[in-house]
Amino acid sequence: MNLSLKMSCARVKQDLNFWMVSLIAVSIVGLASGAMAQVRKTIKLDGSSTVQPLSLALAEKFQETKKGAVVLTVATSGTGGGFKKFCRGESDIQNASRPIQSKGKTGEKSEMDSCKEGKIDYIEIPVAYDAIVVAVNPKNKFLSEITIADLKKIWAPGADGKPSAIKTWQDVNPKWPAKEIKLFGAGSDSGTFDYFTEAIVGTAKSSRKDYTPAEDDNVLVNGISTEENSMGYIPFAYYSANKDKLKALAIIGGEKSQMKDKGVLPDPKAIETGAYYPLSRPVFIYVSTMAMKRPEVKEFVDYYISNVAETAKEENYVALPAEAYKLGQERVGQTKTGTIFGGHSEVGLSIVDLLKKENKM
Amino acid sequence: MADAEQTNDPTKSKVGESILTDLVLSSIRVRKWIDFAFMVVGLLALLFSLITLLALILDLVRTGGPRVSWDFFTSFPSRKAMKAGILSAWVGSLCVMAVTSLCAIPLGIAAGLYLEEYSKKNWITTFIELNIVNLAGVPSITFGLMALGIFVYGLGMGQSILTAGLTLGLLVLPIVIVTTREAIRSVPNSIREASFALGSSKWQMVRHHILPYSSGGILTGVIISLSRAIGETAPLITIGALTFIAFLPPSPVNETFPFVNFQWLTEPFTVLPIQMFNWVSRPEKEFHVNAAATGLILLMMTLVMNGIAIYIRYRFRRKLKW
Repeated sequence: MNLSLKMSCARVKQDLNFWMVSLIAVSIVGLASGAMAQVRKTIKLDGSSTVQPLSLALAEKFQETKKGAVVLTVATSGTGGGFKKFCRGESDIQNASRPIQSKGKTGEKSEMDSCKEGKIDYIEIPVAYDAIVVAVNPKNKFLSEITIADLKKIWAPGADGKPSAIKTWQDVNPKWPAKEIKLFGAGSDSGTFDYFTEAIVGTAKSSRKDYTPAEDDNVLVNGISTEENSMGYIPFAYYSANKDKLKALAIIGGEKSQMKDKGVLPDPKAIETGAYYPLSRPVFIYVSTMAMKRPEVKEFVDYYISNVAETAKEENYVALPAEAYKLGQERVGQTKTGTIFGGHSEVGLSIVDLLKKENKM
Repeated sequence: MADAEQTNDPTKSKVGESILTDLVLSSIRVRKWIDFAFMVVGLLALLFSLITLLALILDLVRTGGPRVSWDFFTSFPSRKAMKAGILSAWVGSLCVMAVTSLCAIPLGIAAGLYLEEYSKKNWITTFIELNIVNLAGVPSITFGLMALGIFVYGLGMGQSILTAGLTLGLLVLPIVIVTTREAIRSVPNSIREASFALGSSKWQMVRHHILPYSSGGILTGVIISLSRAIGETAPLITIGALTFIAFLPPSPVNETFPFVNFQWLTEPFTVLPIQMFNWVSRPEKEFHVNAAATGLILLMMTLVMNGIAIYIRYRFRRKLKW
């Protein structure tokens, strides 16, 4: 009797041990969810994947100079996805490959309205120039330049329909071969898509639907370089890194272009002077004024503006003239909020145009 | 054929016999041939999957192999491909996995135990069981969307290690439950009865017999589910994991009281597959090499985890005999 009692006592102890262990485990989890405090200074960047390499490089350099006192995070939700988060106050700085829009997708609130609703005021700072390159397969011998009108024929929304379908090269120009065109382009969440459609078709987001879309530009590069009868549009940085696999087309800008009927190839000089019309575009960062009240954000924005010209060259962008950065700095100094574009992309904006616009403000 | 031979055998003539032998022989030949053909088909199927895997690994080793070095593990991602490393990514993966295990393992084992040992078998439990099995097959991005709604916005936990860990924890929870139940089911009933016969309570029976005997199977399931979680990208991208992060979460241990802190749980993070995904989408080819190296490391980690699972199963199988 005594013995069995002792044994059962031992059992109970063992069981108790087991309970203790599980209790500790549970309390660790409990504590974990309880203790939540932010100590380190963090700056959050989000937005366009086209602008990401530039902002990433500057974020890295800035973090190095601050030696860990300030840390930066860069996410890539795309220009559209990024603005959604920015207007909810979830990010401090938004990378954008086009200006903020006043018109949303059908059934959705526009970006400017959502920012108003989220009580987010923003300062718009143009930081560099990027170009969209229209590329074909290197085996394509008959095509080396193309007019905007022909591009519009190929990419307009009607081109996938029955009445005026553009399926082969011959449908565009009778002199070209009767081979089916394989089209590659940016996905509809990307700023590249918005700008290209606005510049070529005339309205942002209006495009034919039967092409291969991708948010990842390397997919487009691979597609264009493997399909012999392909055509696609990609950001300049992706063309520069793959010059051996792609053939860039010279763009004939027509009446509004500086070069009139002469084809212009995308190179840094043509992009900077605006001769590469209409597919060179400024890229931006948008800074929330609420975030700007934090000294580390202000410091980073100042650092960004004064160092972006040099970094742009390293990362395959085209820097703006020094005066543009000076004006950007002034906007920050005077906390000038709002956009200078009225809610849509200005097609073929040269740096001179951009400066005039800024000066008017 | 064998039956046909016996019933159709009244003619004892030599000619009939030789015809029959021929028939039997040819039928044997046909069967042997079919046997051989099936073996060849099976071997080809095996070779096909093996060669695909081998080609994948060789390609990763060839492109990414030279990039794997000590520096690659100890440096942060960078704008310069040659300087970039995966420090923040593997630390992030480790932290997220820690939260995932803390959430999925106790919950999963307890739920599995309850379903197998305690619950009554009625239509409600059948319904629950069916749902758990279904849940194990739900695409991972669905869990990401749910986590975005509940954890990130609903509970305001933001895009933190805690959110990611809980999301992946929920994702693998059904797998842990299902494997736990299978492991428990493999314990013979006689053990339970013997334990009851000695006067133990249900909990004592579970604690001293069921859990120890099934722990091999349970551990295997846990490790396999964690090796699935470590490669998940879609749900983490949905909740907004970052693609560039060049700092580490604060250490969970410090010198001053109370020596442990949980601030790391609220930190932003990145994980290995997301880092890889980000590098793949960069224009420069040098970053693609980094991505291949990251893929190689991820593959190795999964391989090691599965290896441990197999080893544990082997040890427990050897120890237990009934």
